[in-house]
Amino acid sequence: MSTRIPSGTRTLHLILAWSFVGIPLLWGVLQTLRNAMKLFH
Amino acid sequence: MRPLSFLDRERTVAGPGFSRWMVPPAALCIHLCIGQVYAFSVFNLPMTRLIGITAAAPGDWRLTELGWIFTLAIFFLGVSAAVLGRWVEEGGPRRAMFAAALCFGGGFLVAAAGVRLHDIWIIYLGYGVLGGIGLGLGYISPVSTLIKWFPDRPGMATGMAIMGFGGGALIASPLSVWLMARFSTPAHLGVAATFIVLGAGYFVFMMVGAAIVRIPAPGWRPAGWSPPARQPRLVTGANVYVYRALKTPQFWLIWWVLCLNVTAGIGVLGQASAMSQEMFPGKVSAVAAAGFVGLMSLFNMAGRFLWASASDLIGRKNTYFCFFILGIVLYALVPTTGRLGSVGLFVLCFVIIISMYGGGFSTVPAYLKDMFGTRYVGAIHGMLITAWSAAGVFGPVLVNYLRAYEIARGVPKADAYNLTMYLMAGLLVVGFFCNLLIGAVHERHHMPAVQDDATLLVQ
Repeated sequence: MSTRIPSGTRTLHLILAWSFVGIPLLWGVLQTLRNAMKLFH
Repeated sequence: MRPLSFLDRERTVAGPGFSRWMVPPAALCIHLCIGQVYAFSVFNLPMTRLIGITAAAPGDWRLTELGWIFTLAIFFLGVSAAVLGRWVEEGGPRRAMFAAALCFGGGFLVAAAGVRLHDIWIIYLGYGVLGGIGLGLGYISPVSTLIKWFPDRPGMATGMAIMGFGGGALIASPLSVWLMARFSTPAHLGVAATFIVLGAGYFVFMMVGAAIVRIPAPGWRPAGWSPPARQPRLVTGANVYVYRALKTPQFWLIWWVLCLNVTAGIGVLGQASAMSQEMFPGKVSAVAAAGFVGLMSLFNMAGRFLWASASDLIGRKNTYFCFFILGIVLYALVPTTGRLGSVGLFVLCFVIIISMYGGGFSTVPAYLKDMFGTRYVGAIHGMLITAWSAAGVFGPVLVNYLRAYEIARGVPKADAYNLTMYLMAGLLVVGFFCNLLIGAVHERHHMPAVQDDATLLVQ
């Protein structure tokens, strides 16, 4: 028999979860983009 | 209650009101970490002078010895995904993510001990074997979960996770360089300390993913969505058992489709910097070439999401047709860009090629789901990862050896890649025909509906 998790998802949970992965990813993209710009100099 | 019962599949069933948009971040927590493997090369040069510090000294490791760390990790990624795929599928995503976090984070810690003791075999065992197993478990664990949460957009869902694998290197590369600079002293280069911080950090990050991941309750569907009354010809509503899938021609055709697409991309990815400088001597500097590699990484990542999302609209088979037809044209065009001296056209060709390389990885789980159903898609995907391992050997070998062969024949360096480009186009022609031959899986391979339901009830 399965045990269900009763709580729903709040918007705050979604924002926190996406920020948790989005901020490092954005940082990595910006660093790479800065590096990639050297191709056009 | 068992101490690790929170990892059980039944403890991860989502309750009412749970938003499926919480699952992609959970998957990204894993893929952003394990994508670090593509940035491992930033440790290679520092690790060649761990004794000499400023320059390599007697007893320091050679690059050839260090190259085996990455090779072993990718090999064990393939092996663990293939061997443990069913365990991942049946045990649920949280158990697999937890195991992946332990192996990947633990692998760094063991490798740190290897650096400290200056014993390369400990690093092979730590990052190569243990870390590689973590890579394999982590790579496949969120895939089937996402497909189950997004039956209306499976390509987009898996594209998001696998995009994270591409993005992981973008984070790890500058982060590792920064950490090494932070920990280095006149007495050591800070590699061991960087490994410890990365291992601990990745473990925590991956555990967050394991904590928030959920599987949908049996029978759950997205609000307002119901399966189409008439499925497209290549999409099945039935399930195929993991080992049964291996007996179908479709599995092996998709294996070759992936292998050939990856072979073509991975070969040039590793050689992009040297190739751009050699094809355009005097026009592309080493710094600009590094920028070119960075640009390719961005398109590799973006292609994973965009192509997989597009496959939801145009179908998986058509997406791969795009990869092969566009790829053939672009690879055949590359030597002309060299003759014209057009760096812009050269870059354009390669960023599109590399976006399709990434797209090949992210579209394939949804292709498997279409052919074999959702029940064992993670395990079947695990088996298919061996195509990546094989391509990881074929691609670089083809590019490196053909270039060396051409130079030995007296071909100028600027033209030494032409034969390779035509060969890559040829491989994509073969891939095109493999894709063309893929048809619907015969009903005799489908799991009986009763068995299917019983399996779900037990789990």
